[in-house]
Amino acid sequence: MNPRNPPVYNWRHPFSPQRYRPNRSTPVAQTRAHLQHSSPQQMQIRIPQILHAVECPTLGSVLGGTVRSNERSAQPPWSSQSGRVAAAASVNVADKMKSRIPVVLLACGSFNPITNMHLRLFEVARDHLHQTGRYQVIGGIISPVNDNYGKKDLVAARHRVAMARLALQTSDWIQVDPWESEQVQWMETVKVLRHHHSELLRSLPWKEGLDQGKVDSPGPAAVPELKLLCGADVLKTFQTPNLWKDKHIQEIVEKFGLVCVDRAGHDPKGYILGSPILQRYQDNIHLAREPVQNEISATYIRRALGQGQSVKYLLPDAVIAYIKEHDLYTSPGEE
Amino acid sequence: MENSEKTEVVLLACGSFNPITNMHLRLFELAKDYMNGTGKYEVIKGIISPVGDAYKKKGLISAHHRVIMAELATKNSKWLEVDTWESLQQDWIETATVLRHHQEKLEASSCDQQQDSPVLERPGRKRKWAEQRQDFSQKKSLEQTKTKGVPKVKLLCGADLLESFGVPNLWKGEDIAKIVGDYGLICITRAGNDAQKFIYESDVLWKHQNNIHLVNEWITNDISSTKIRRALRRGQSIRYLVPDLVQEYIEKHSLYSSESEERNVGVILAPLQRKTAEADT
Repeated sequence: MNPRNPPVYNWRHPFSPQRYRPNRSTPVAQTRAHLQHSSPQQMQIRIPQILHAVECPTLGSVLGGTVRSNERSAQPPWSSQSGRVAAAASVNVADKMKSRIPVVLLACGSFNPITNMHLRLFEVARDHLHQTGRYQVIGGIISPVNDNYGKKDLVAARHRVAMARLALQTSDWIQVDPWESEQVQWMETVKVLRHHHSELLRSLPWKEGLDQGKVDSPGPAAVPELKLLCGADVLKTFQTPNLWKDKHIQEIVEKFGLVCVDRAGHDPKGYILGSPILQRYQDNIHLAREPVQNEISATYIRRALGQGQSVKYLLPDAVIAYIKEHDLYTSPGEE
Repeated sequence: MENSEKTEVVLLACGSFNPITNMHLRLFELAKDYMNGTGKYEVIKGIISPVGDAYKKKGLISAHHRVIMAELATKNSKWLEVDTWESLQQDWIETATVLRHHQEKLEASSCDQQQDSPVLERPGRKRKWAEQRQDFSQKKSLEQTKTKGVPKVKLLCGADLLESFGVPNLWKGEDIAKIVGDYGLICITRAGNDAQKFIYESDVLWKHQNNIHLVNEWITNDISSTKIRRALRRGQSIRYLVPDLVQEYIEKHSLYSSESEERNVGVILAPLQRKTAEADT
């Protein structure tokens, strides 16, 4: 059994109003049954059937209000999984599972636009934390920065939020939260962390559930933790004078924790050693290795778009369609 | 027609595609942007040709899965397609032969278009329509023979394939000459200098350097299939590295495991085997 979450088969399939489920007789499953017994010559005939059978969601169906995150926006994703966490904690499936600390990953940034690399950060971080045996990642949040951040070429927050939502359509554990972008002014990362942490504690019903009817729990279940997810380049910016307040850096690594994903050309271990605050709390800084070197920077994406070059396969198709439809990033330096 | 001076190009990528990844698909996009950007070419089609099982590479899973994954990956693309000819052959086929097959196929269909005109002689009510079409296609084919010519197939690859030309016995010298001489190479590379040096140090590549296009990949996008398979064995996520449909397919069929990686261990790669066999005879 895969230690990760169960397989993700969850985008809207034009064939069925429900989610695409693996074990029903879906078109792909039927075709596969044929192929198992066919000779190579027969295979050549089967393939066109696949093309008719399997279709991808179109932007139209997405924008027609069937976007999953709209349904979920009232509830954070982990509230539906809290039962699972509680169950895992209370049933003796494995001792490890019982004592795993539930974690939500929060990524702040411009997401201008969101790319496959941003999405990879979450996947890599989750795998890493699970592999330590101490954590169970129950959700992920993308929090696009406020327009008043004043970064060059930053397109309007509503676009960046919409693009993130499209990108996360097919994810069952990550969602976008526009709270930060909707504030009147830009706010420090630590405040965003504090906000989401209190929301997290407030939304979980697990406290009551676990208190009732659980006989042989060794003690109270672990409190869910909110950790800041970032690339190694962000860790480096802690050194930039006046960019971060020291007490904020301390609060981030002491009270919350950091999950930092490798990035080429950066030396996260070195950054930690070079900072007394980071060194003191290095146990709360998790360095995740991304085995696939993936340098899809949004800066490059914007430049490529400005020059009319293709960015397909670097960001989700739905995001590319949105960018085209709204004429974003048409020339460098605009907006 | 305004495009008449441009040479039409078809990009052909051969490889294991075990599995296909976003990086493979990026190669096509980069190559198309580059070739179209020169103003001399117009890329009209991209073909993915997965290698046959007879290649005997370690960890190579069955061709029909690899073909289906490539189909799923290119589902959304208007110009990329998968060709199964190479994968269906009993024996392993040299890349130069695959190139020749596709070039001949293009020439044949281009001939068909030109020969359409005299063939449409259906009696009855369709005659008028057929005659009109005849006139039109004759006119068009004349224009085609005069200006466009047959589209050219070019081999699309990464720098690793270019440098594999140097591996002893992996390629026949005459095949390398054919590939760069008769067809042409479009090589997507991160380290442009190394590739240029490699061309400089080879007489045959140097001779045809105008037919070798080096395209810089500014984004390091190192999504190798080997790493994908390793991640799968370790239960790690491959989302956003391969198209979602491919990831689903792999998961659904449990395609890659330690067992599948052990396939063909100890077996000599087909091109090396062939070289030894030829040396013996």
